[in-house]
Formats: sequence, structure tokens, C-alpha cells
Amino acid sequence: MKNAEPRVSRRVSLAQRMALAPYSLWAVLFILVPLVFVAYYAFTDDGFRFTTENITRFFTATSSLVGDDGTVREVHTYLVIFWRSVKLAVISTAICLLMGYPIAYIIARAAPRTQKTIITLIMIPMWMNFLIRTYAWMTILQDTGLLNSLLGALHFGQAHIIGTEAAVVIGMVYDYFPYMILPIYSVMAKMDTRLLEAARDLGCNSFGVLRRVIFPLSLPGVVSGVTMVLIPSISTFYISQKLGNGKFFLIGDAIEGQYVANNLHFAAAIAFVLMIILLVVMALMKRYTDSRVRGGV
Amino acid sequence: MKKIIELRNVSKAFDGETVLDQINLDIYDNEFLTLLGPSGCGKTTTLRLIGGFETPDEGDILFLGDRINDTPPHKRNINTVFQRYALFPHLNVFDNVAFPLREKKVPKAEIETKVHEMLALVKLTGFEHRNVTRLSGGQQQRVAIARALISHPRVLLLDEPLGALDLKLRKDMQQELKNIQKATGITFVFVTHDQEEALSMSDTIVVMSEGKIQQIGTPIDIYNEPQNAFVADFIGESNIVDGVMREDYRVTFSGHTFECVDKGFAKNENVDVVVRPEDVDIVSEEKGMLRGVVTSVTFMGVHYEIIVDINGFKWMIQTTDFVDVDEHIGLFIEPDAIHIMKKSEYSGMYGDYSSFSNELDELSDAESEPEA
Repeated sequence: MKNAEPRVSRRVSLAQRMALAPYSLWAVLFILVPLVFVAYYAFTDDGFRFTTENITRFFTATSSLVGDDGTVREVHTYLVIFWRSVKLAVISTAICLLMGYPIAYIIARAAPRTQKTIITLIMIPMWMNFLIRTYAWMTILQDTGLLNSLLGALHFGQAHIIGTEAAVVIGMVYDYFPYMILPIYSVMAKMDTRLLEAARDLGCNSFGVLRRVIFPLSLPGVVSGVTMVLIPSISTFYISQKLGNGKFFLIGDAIEGQYVANNLHFAAAIAFVLMIILLVVMALMKRYTDSRVRGGV
Repeated sequence: MKKIIELRNVSKAFDGETVLDQINLDIYDNEFLTLLGPSGCGKTTTLRLIGGFETPDEGDILFLGDRINDTPPHKRNINTVFQRYALFPHLNVFDNVAFPLREKKVPKAEIETKVHEMLALVKLTGFEHRNVTRLSGGQQQRVAIARALISHPRVLLLDEPLGALDLKLRKDMQQELKNIQKATGITFVFVTHDQEEALSMSDTIVVMSEGKIQQIGTPIDIYNEPQNAFVADFIGESNIVDGVMREDYRVTFSGHTFECVDKGFAKNENVDVVVRPEDVDIVSEEKGMLRGVVTSVTFMGVHYEIIVDINGFKWMIQTTDFVDVDEHIGLFIEPDAIHIMKKSEYSGMYGDYSSFSNELDELSDAESEPEA
């Protein structure tokens, strides 16, 4: 336990600056410059004159939606797409969290050797290309796929999953699950076991220890896990095209579509709005956990 | 006096290595009991068994007469002040101290009153909203004590609680812990490897070594009547020499026969003789019962610590008289300064100062620390 905040000198020596130079250059070239370009394209038209047209279009563009009963509704195209993306991403993130938290807890309590093995097993799928993983799920979930053959053989009837939102969620959960487990696990593995003993000593049963000590102390891990799953799953594309049979157009697909259609300015505008919304959400989450972690109940 | 905790033939091994070997110990109501011994002697394991963090392999632990071997920590009316405190970093001072009461669903107003009472007891009034990770070691210590005492346990276990504090603060906290123990009337079981701390704070000291209890007694008993060479050496400084008990009240060592106050040994029984360095008087060579040459003199502030070579065996003597290196001196020892012990497995291992230096002493202490 640290007694006081370490006092870090704000003065940076020349050598330190020199050492940082390649990274600064990298950050400017590959992070900052592209972001500036996105913003620049978002606020300009084809002749590179300033306009807010693209941004407005995101919020106002409408299209007709034919319902199941044949009625036609006018909807805000991109708001609907955005809302759908958020919904699927939130569902996927929630599933990842609900499954990942207990697993992370169990791994962190296992013997060190077991911990290593399980973590490696969790990471192995990440070594495979994400397209290949998505294709693998297509063959599993198809109407004539692995899952249905298995269900059929066991006389459980058939399940139509491919082309549903459920299939998209399954794909996202599978792809992003390790990003939820790893940060939570690393926080839990570092947790001081004496704190857990202290909680038991002071009257907590196992559930009390989990609720009053382990959970609050693991919140930073939960926040980074949620961030690392939520953000890529909101902006994901391709999974919905392959596992949703293209029926659930997501915001990532919209950006890709506009880009492929050479509407660079509008593609940039969608990306820009998405980025701003995500930044706001992240800032809010950070503030919430900071107050939980530092300020007590 | 009422027995609160009894350990009956308790043994514990980790990975096949015996850490506690058939321990028997009674802890009484309202006493300040200290488990004292070097690292790896089993004192912390004993504490963890009482706290419920370990279960004995053999034997029983009784709490007010009931067997509690399998009672989990949260159901024992015993609380612990952990080594390096184990405060909850996500809670402030108030919430750390209130933690046990919240678990018991105590009404809010009552929590408020009790926490303020406790913080007053440990002199931390006004620190309620401080972040515990920003407190000094001594302040963290007080929070840990307040948190452990707030639900009024019958027994408080303290695992080397003063180890991380500097000397001055440690002395203050020793006094304060003693005062808190008296004020609350709660039984304290205190673990330390610091013999001075044990002597100054305890009602009862339990000296442990290699998983066994070597001696149980009051600080004065332990110091004046050590049971074997280990205890004599561990508590304070001792010259331990081989002797022969001629008859009751007469013992021969270092080539001289002394009068002493011990009896009950066989005729001509080989024994260990303990003489404390401060109990030896320096006299002129011709008046001395023993004669020797001074080989080193160290100024310690209150006294000089001198090493005297007597027939090849080096004695330590603490004196306020100044003598010089290479001076020939005589030693005079009063009968009640001589303490006779039965031979034990520790005979011959301690009590010779021929390789002594303060520095070396610390080095060999560190080397003799097996991990447990």
C-alpha cells in the first residue's frame, strides 16, 4: 500500500525527450493526422469548402421502411442505424460482462500454473483472423450447419439463427470476449488477498466479500473491459453482413458503404459523429468509476 | 481467570513441512499475550489458526470451551489487525471503520456515533473523510485498530502491527496499544519478533521456536528464569556457559565454584549456566572470582559493552565503569545473578560472544530465517 502519491517531477530531461521522439512522431503520424483528416473531410464538401451539410445529413436523412405488415414508415435512416448498433453492442457487452466476470474471478483464484494455461486458451482464438472466425460461425449457425445437425441428431428440432440479431450478437460476443476477460482478470490477479481475509475477519461471508471488496476494487478492470468491448462492437461491420445476412445494417457498415461508394466526406462525417458520441460516453464512465473508486460509497 | 481460547495439541504443516508441532496454549480473559519468536517459528500461523484463516491438521481450538476448528472467520468473535494493516483502499477512513457495522446492518445513526467514538479512542478525530492510502503508517495503523475493535470482539489478534513503523513511533504505539487494551478490556494476542516490545507490553509471553513453545510466562519470569539456552539467548543478552551442579546451591563453571540460588539437580549434573551481562561486576584482578582480558569496548550511550576473554570463552559485560582494551580484570558474580538451566537441544548453540559484533548478529539473524 502506498503511503503517499509519488511525487513525479514535471521536468523532463533532454534525454527523455529524445527517447520519446519516435513515439511522438508515430502518434502524430498515425493517430493525430488521420483524426484531423477525418474532421477535415467531415466538415468540407467535394470542393473542400467548409460545410456542416454532412453532419446535418447524418441527423436528418430519412428513408422509407416497410414494416412486416406492409405499412410504410418514414424514419431517420442513420439514427435508426446508429440506435441498432448501440443496441446490439450493449447486448453483446452485457453478455460478455456477465460471462466474463465470473470466469475472470475463477481464473484469478486458480493455481498460478492453471491461470497461465486458461489465459493462453482464451487468447488462442485471437491469433486467428477475425474474418475466418466469422466464417466459422457461419458454418456453425447456418440452417444446415453444425449446430442444426447436432440438434437434429439429438431430436431437438431445428433452430433458425443465421440472419437474426441473435447470430450477430453471438458473433460479436465471440470476437470480443477476450477483451472483457483479460482486463478484469489482471485487476483481480493483482488484488491483495489480505484485503479479502480482512473482509472475512470483519464479518463478511463469501458473497459479502465479493460485493463489498472484490467488486468495487475490480471496477477499473470492468470499465476497461466494457470500453474495449463496447467501442469496437458499436463500430463493427462485416459480422452483421455475414451472420445477419446483411439484414442488420450497422453504423460500421454504413461508413464502409459510403466509403466504397466514394462518398468520402459523408463517410468521414458519420465516423466523426460516432467518435464524438463514444468520447462522451467514455468520459462519463470514467467520471462515474473515479468517484466510486476514490470517493467511497 | 477465565480461559477464552485454548489450543489443544495443535499441529499444522504446509507442503509436508511442519510449522506447528503439538502446541498447547491457554489464553485468558483480559490479558495481553505475546507470541514471540524468530521468523518461521510458527507464531503467525498460530495467530491465523485462532483467526480462522487456517485449520489445524491435528488438535482442537476452543473458544470459551466450544470447538471452533471449522468456524469461518466471519462467525468468530475475534478480529485481526493485519500486518501492514490491509485497509480497504476504495473506502475512506470513516467507511473502513464502519465496515463491520454495515455488514451487521447497524442503524445509520448508531454507526455514526460508534465510528466517532472509535476514532476518538485511536486519536483520529477529524480524519473521517481522508483517503486511507494517503495516511502515514502510524495513522493507517490506528485506522486498522479502530476497524478491528468497533464490533467489540472478545479477542483482538495483532500480527506484527508495529513492524513497519520507525523506532520513535513504535515506542509511542506500544504504550498506546497497552492503554487501549486496558481501556477496552479486550484480550490482545500480539505477534512480534522484537523481544523488547514483548517485554514492555505483555502480561504473558509465549516464546516459540521451530514450531514449538519454548516457554510461557510473565516478562520477568522469562527474563530471569529462562527455561533453556534458546530463550536465554533470544530474550536479551546472555553469557551461557557449561557448568556442573556440585550440589544444591553450588555450581562450578569457568574453573570456579560459585554459590547460587538454584537447587533440585542431580549431583554433578551437567547444566547450562546463564549470567546476564548487566549482572557482572568488574573488580581488580586479584579480587575476581574469574579473571580475563578485555578484547573490545563499545560505547552504547548508557553503558559500555565490553567483551572479556576468560580461558578462551568470550563473555559480554555491560558496565558503566571504563576499562581499556587489553586490561586484565577480575569478575565478581552474585549468587542471584546466576541462573541454572537443564541441558536441552539448544545447549552449546548460543551464549558465546567470540564472533560477536552488532553487525554480525543482524546478519546471522537474517540467515536463520526459513520461509514459513
